[in-house]
Formats: sequence, structure tokens, C-alpha cells
Amino acid sequence: MSEPAIEATDLVREFKKGPRAVDGIDLRVEPGEVYGFLGPNGAGKSTAVHMLTTLLPPTSGTARVAGHDVVEDGPAVRASIGAALQEAALDPFLTGREHMKLQAALHGMRGQEGRERTQTLLERVGLTEAADRRVGGYSGGMKRRLDLALALVHRPRILFLDEPTTGLDVQSRGALWHEVQRLASDRGVTVFLTTQYLEEADVLADRVGIIDHGRIVAEGTPEALKAEIGRPSVEVIPAEPGDLARMKEVLARFGESATASPKGAAVRLAGGDAQLAEVVRALDAESISVEAIALHAPTLDDVFLEKTGRSLEGEADNPPAEPAEAEEPVPA
Amino acid sequence: MLARRSVVRTLRQPAMVVPSIIFPLILLSINSSGLDSTTKIPGFPTDSYFEFALAIAFVQGALFSANSAGTNVANDIESGFLNRLALTPLGRVALMMGQLSGILVLGLIQALTFLGFGIAFGAGIQAGIGGAVVIVLLSLTISLAFGCIGAFVALRSGTGEAVQGVFPLFFAALFLSSMALPRDLIEVNWFQTVATYNPVSYMLEGIRSLVITGWDGQAIALGFACAGGLAILALAAASSALRTRMVRT
Repeated sequence: MSEPAIEATDLVREFKKGPRAVDGIDLRVEPGEVYGFLGPNGAGKSTAVHMLTTLLPPTSGTARVAGHDVVEDGPAVRASIGAALQEAALDPFLTGREHMKLQAALHGMRGQEGRERTQTLLERVGLTEAADRRVGGYSGGMKRRLDLALALVHRPRILFLDEPTTGLDVQSRGALWHEVQRLASDRGVTVFLTTQYLEEADVLADRVGIIDHGRIVAEGTPEALKAEIGRPSVEVIPAEPGDLARMKEVLARFGESATASPKGAAVRLAGGDAQLAEVVRALDAESISVEAIALHAPTLDDVFLEKTGRSLEGEADNPPAEPAEAEEPVPA
Repeated sequence: MLARRSVVRTLRQPAMVVPSIIFPLILLSINSSGLDSTTKIPGFPTDSYFEFALAIAFVQGALFSANSAGTNVANDIESGFLNRLALTPLGRVALMMGQLSGILVLGLIQALTFLGFGIAFGAGIQAGIGGAVVIVLLSLTISLAFGCIGAFVALRSGTGEAVQGVFPLFFAALFLSSMALPRDLIEVNWFQTVATYNPVSYMLEGIRSLVITGWDGQAIALGFACAGGLAILALAAASSALRTRMVRT
């Protein structure tokens, strides 16, 4: 088995006046993998990233990144990684090009090499036209793209992205996803991505680690994690809004309540897909007309709910934008 | 490159550059016209209060450097830019000197402006062209000293508000010095004592001696000793604070 790109063993970080932000996590990320670290605000994602990127020493435990110990060999780790942290750490008084040139120079790329690398990356992230404008005038999406370009200047083999699309619009988010996917597939870059957005982890990650209160509560491929739950949910919108309360009572017989649109109700089917027909018959028996009914496969939020008893979507400060292909209930 | 960045971002902030030049000149103009009769006090070293007060502008400009340096460092901390720098191979010393380069350039612009203003409005530099060069060097040393203090406050606190909060203390240190009168003419005992132990007095007197006396070796040496000593102490403190703030392994 090849050496992992990132490996952590019982990693802990305690702060003086608070609980353990990271409470003993074990990680193994293979080279070329996109690993999604999913959890709500305050779960310990950023603290874990700060430790893995040598910005914060662990309280206990060990971690190795690119084959180097994060405590004993910090400079070697930093030379191997790129990081776009939670804040797009940019100087509003410098232009995009000046940022790139500075970053290149700090990584030992000067003169022609630095200029060429700057131009290449600016083109790749679509900032050529805005390159000579001050960053203070950039949009959030532009700042994030510049942040990503800066993290890639020295051609790192491992890239840390800490909530890279928080606060971005759908289009900017999609553009950033595309670039991350390209990095991983075309260039074999290992990507460690933290996010509070289910869809982001679902779309981008080869494997997902779900973190809550500093501990990893579940880990695996998105498909495997969802298959563990195995139970789909059914969402129903009544034809008559006045029937909503009665409809909820009927649905409650078939499982736990699940997230639904404001006009309808949803339950997680304890008996799986096969119960759909029973749901329809039960509603019919109560003379409840249905405007639309939809069967939803399990989501990573369902996984989080199963493991922690809480919904991840309910905890997000910035709920994700509606997916481009929204799952609209099928008209009955 | 980091030094270049510090210079560029400082010069691109007119709100930092212009007041640090205009305010001392305004105060110089007001004080020199309003306090001109002070020169009649027996033992006053010159007939021109304008020449006497010119040194104040240099030190006031340096105090603005403290604010400028501190604010820039605090902004880097708050924005996360310091973390970006921490992820590069850059060493702490190089990082600190890079951060301070901007205030040295600002200090040079200030010094040349104040010198030019002074000469244009009739101040004679008794120590000549060489003395003017020494004035600029001493002024830069003072700017570095106060800039390091500003950086230290920013690195310890992590906020621009703390830097702004400390700024008035610097002006208090200026007022409790031989700013308005030579030390030997200060009649209030406690004030004279404070001014005697206040290193700002010697910075002022070092510059002042080159303007109104000529080559006063003791005054110049004390000026550089106080400014240089403060710069070394403040740089050490700022470096230590940077080590704590930038806790990379």
C-alpha cells in the first residue's frame, strides 16, 4: 500500500478556555483522492485543517502530510501543500496579478518563471481581465478563484480547501467545483475539502468524513454512507392545503418526519421503497387528494441525522443554494 | 517582494499618507506663529520658534508611522493574510522587515517633506547638507522604532482597534517631553523630570540640534541611542509577538 497523502492518528486540539475542538480523529487520505470533511459550524473542521497545514500544533496525536510529520517537519509539509483557508486572505490594495507575483516570489519563483506561472493560473481561474484591478473591487467568487490560484502557485501535490464555496452564488460555486474536479482528475492532486454543504461533499468527494463535535462519526464513499441508511423518504403535497395536518398524521404512521417543502410533509419510510404503495393507499383511504408525491433517496443529511440525531441542513448558517437540477415532486 | 507589497499598499492608502504629513505641518504652522514670543525667554536657544519646533514634525510623523504599521499588521491578521504568509517558506525576521518597509518609505517621504517645508519657510539647517542627511536618518530610525511598537501592539492584540487605542498614548509621550520648551527651561519640576527620562525628548533634541546648533555630538548621539535603542527593543518585542501569533510548527 502506498504512503498516504494525509494521515492522522488520534489527533486532538484543546483550547485553554473551551472544549476539545478536535477530539481524537483518525484519517487516511490516499494520493489523488478528494476527501470531503463534512460537518456543521463548530464541528472542528477548520481546526483540523489548521493542524494538518501546520498553522496550529496538535495538543496530542500525530499527523503526517506528504510523508512529513506536521510537528517535526513543518517546513517540508508547507512546501508540499497549498491551502485556501476559510477566509479568502487577500490584500484589498493589491491587484490580482500582484498577489500572484508575490506568492510566486515567496515560493522561490522569480522573473520569467514567476510571470509565466502567474499568467497560466490567472487564465485557468478566469481572472485574466481582472488581473490588474485591485482585489478590493473583486466579487466574492473572484476572490475565491484568486485564492485557489494562489494555493496552486508552487504546484502542490496536496490541496486543502476550507469551505471554499461558502457565501458564493450558484454559478461561482459550480465553477469552483469544476476546477477542483479538474485538479483531481487531470493532475492527480490530493484534495482535502471541508464543507458544510451536503451537495458539495456528494458531488466532489471520493470519500466523506462526517465530523461532529470534534469526532468523525461516519466515513466512507457518499454512496456507501447513504446505502447504510437505506431508507428513502417520501414527500407529499396535498391538493387542498387544509388537508396538510391530516396528511401529516397519516404519514406519521410510516416513519419519522423528514425535511419537506413548506406546502407538504415528508417521512422516512421505515420499510423502504416498498411502502410507497401503502402510503398512497392510506392517503386514499382518508380521502386526501394529492397534488404531488416524490420518493427521495437517502442523503448525507440522513446519514448525519442517523449518527448524531440532528440534521446538518438545519444547522447550516448559510443554507446551500437550490441545486441546478431540483428534485421536484412528481405530479400525482 | 514582501517589502514591495508593504510599500505599495501603504502608498495606496491616501488616508494613511496624507494626514501623517499634513497634520504635523499644520501643527508646526500654528505653534510656531502662536508661540513665537517664547523665544524671548532668557536662555532660549534660538530666535525662531519655527526652527525650534521643526523637529516636532518629524517625531509626530513617526507617531503616525506607528499607527500605519500597526493597522497594516492588524489588517493582515484579521483578513488571514498572515496565515497565507505563514504557509510560505518565509522566515519571521524577513516577514517582519518586509512588513515594516512601508513605514520606512513613508518615513522618508515625511522627512523630506518636512525638511523641504522648513527650508522653504526660512529655517536654516546649521549643520548643513550633511546635517540634513543625518536628520533624515534619525527620523527614519524614530519611524522604525514607533512602527515596531505599532506592529507589536497589533500582533499582541490581533485587532486594529487596539492599535488605534494606543495611538493617543504616543501623543501623550510627545507632549510630556521637551517638545514645547528646552528641558532646562521647564519650570514645573515633575514635568522636567518626566521630560528628562522621556526618550522622546532626546529624539527631538537630536534633530533640533542639527537645525539650530550645528554638530552637537552629544545631542545627536543621544538621539540615535534613544531611537535606536527603542527600535531594537520594539523589534525584539514585535518578533516575539510574531512568534506567538504565527504559531506554525
